[in-house]
Amino acid sequence: MIGLVDCNNFYVSCERVFQPRLEGVPVGVMSNNDGCVIARSNELKALGVEMGAPAFELQQWARQGRIHLLSSNYELYGDMSARVREVLEEFSAGVEPYSIDEMFVRFDGFDHPTTLALSRTLHHKVRQFTGIPVCVGVAPTRTLAKLANRAAKKLPGYHGVCVLTPEGNETRGLLERTALGDVWGVGRRLVERLAIQGIESAWDLRQADPKAIRRRYSVTLERTVRELQGTPCIELNDADRPRDRIMTSRSFGRLTSELGEVQAAIRQHAQRSAEKLRAQDSYARAVYVFLKTNRHRADLAQYSPSVVVELPEPTDDSRPILAAAQQGLEAIYRRGYRFMKAGVMLLDLVDANRQQLSLLDTPERQAEHDKGRQLMAALDELNQKMGRGTVTLGRPTAGAAWHLRCAHRTPRFTTRWGEVLQVGEGHKLKRPDQWPGR
Amino acid sequence: MRDPKIHYPLPSPPLRPLPFPLTTIRAGISGFPSPAEDYVGRTLDLNERLVKRPSATFFMSVKGDSMDGFGIQDGDTLVVDRSIDPRPGHILVALVDGEVIVKRYEKRHGRPLLCSGNPRYAPIPLTDLDCQVWGVVRSVIHEYPV
Repeated sequence: MIGLVDCNNFYVSCERVFQPRLEGVPVGVMSNNDGCVIARSNELKALGVEMGAPAFELQQWARQGRIHLLSSNYELYGDMSARVREVLEEFSAGVEPYSIDEMFVRFDGFDHPTTLALSRTLHHKVRQFTGIPVCVGVAPTRTLAKLANRAAKKLPGYHGVCVLTPEGNETRGLLERTALGDVWGVGRRLVERLAIQGIESAWDLRQADPKAIRRRYSVTLERTVRELQGTPCIELNDADRPRDRIMTSRSFGRLTSELGEVQAAIRQHAQRSAEKLRAQDSYARAVYVFLKTNRHRADLAQYSPSVVVELPEPTDDSRPILAAAQQGLEAIYRRGYRFMKAGVMLLDLVDANRQQLSLLDTPERQAEHDKGRQLMAALDELNQKMGRGTVTLGRPTAGAAWHLRCAHRTPRFTTRWGEVLQVGEGHKLKRPDQWPGR
Repeated sequence: MRDPKIHYPLPSPPLRPLPFPLTTIRAGISGFPSPAEDYVGRTLDLNERLVKRPSATFFMSVKGDSMDGFGIQDGDTLVVDRSIDPRPGHILVALVDGEVIVKRYEKRHGRPLLCSGNPRYAPIPLTDLDCQVWGVVRSVIHEYPV
């Protein structure tokens, strides 16, 4: 069985851990540069504010105090994400981050009641230890685990935890009520084509003949059908899956503590990730870099750090992405640890076509932007024709200082001594000074 | 120079051990033991001592004098652990009426109270308040100006 642990409204939840006044009110987190909303609390969603809504349209409400708009605080989110992962690792030997706020967790060899009990424990402990509310969905395959998680989040009866068996009425009922577009890896165009064939719900797709699906559509969709039927066949780094985040990681051939070797791997992963990003026409807002030592080598010192580096603006250009990944690596690399794995993840993706150019854009910047696009297109073409890695970027020099607008950023409560939360004495509890009692 | 934009989330900070040599020297052992021998495995790490569960541990700073009587002074750093279930006698960080405060959790005549370490603050019965425990204070760090 595989579980998917998904943090609820993650960025907003991180802010609420340290700011009780944000509890129960509409809160939005903005991207720093282009000023649109990238995370919403349930209350903000209920007001009809869409993902990606321009912040200036909401300023009126913010000024009136009806909603709270915060600048993104990736330092805090990165730290809280690592904490959530660490709690999960206490319960499972196989934790794979799928994005900054979603993690796959392996539960092998337990019967149904034990799995359910374990899932409830996870649900409770993550909340208790980190303050972040999560939903847990468990099923035999990743595709079903995604659906279980969705059910845990949307249907109040589950109380945040849903464990699905491949057979059984519960699974059937859920699949029947799930629209195709909500199935992992089924895009809009596929939904239209399948609808013509009379396949409209996840249950319809599950009933389809995998071989026929493969002939008519693709291997990818065939795998989805098999996954819906309960046969695991999708691995995490699977290609050809439309993504809301892009991850490239690989284990080293042997454990290594060589900075050069780790750097080379990160460089490669960053470029490969940027390539995937362009192939699916998206821009990324932040880069997540992680290293892992081998947990099963108790004789070696363990250190599995991660870091989030924010990009100066949403981009699909390999150069700033590579520079950010390198900076991230420099921040977390420590000598003396023998690393097993390194990876790069691109976060907070936006559709390139919908990405509105920031207000600061000038003709010069536009020209520079176009030049960059041409360069990247040429790079991708060469690598496609002559084989991956034909043309790569060298080591970037330390990036220029980027100035970000982040007027509404909350303190980095967990990563800067100068910004930790201040606890007060409770002014309302104070006795008036003339109080005679001593 | 570090780019100010880089973020360093380190819930389990890498150990930065301090060498702590044995001050007594064993005598009467034949041969010439390596002087490094006494250093092996003898490093002290404050993180290890103060942070029992890194994923659930948060640092906070104290404002005000309400907890003076319990040795918690203005400007001190609290090591707060969210994984502990609060018991009477614990120092707590709690959310009370939208404020984050530090108080001692006590039970008198079966009634739970939040108490200050300063007579100018009355103990408050928990039942009267919209109160939520945030975490339990495991230790207090007081740094002197030197």
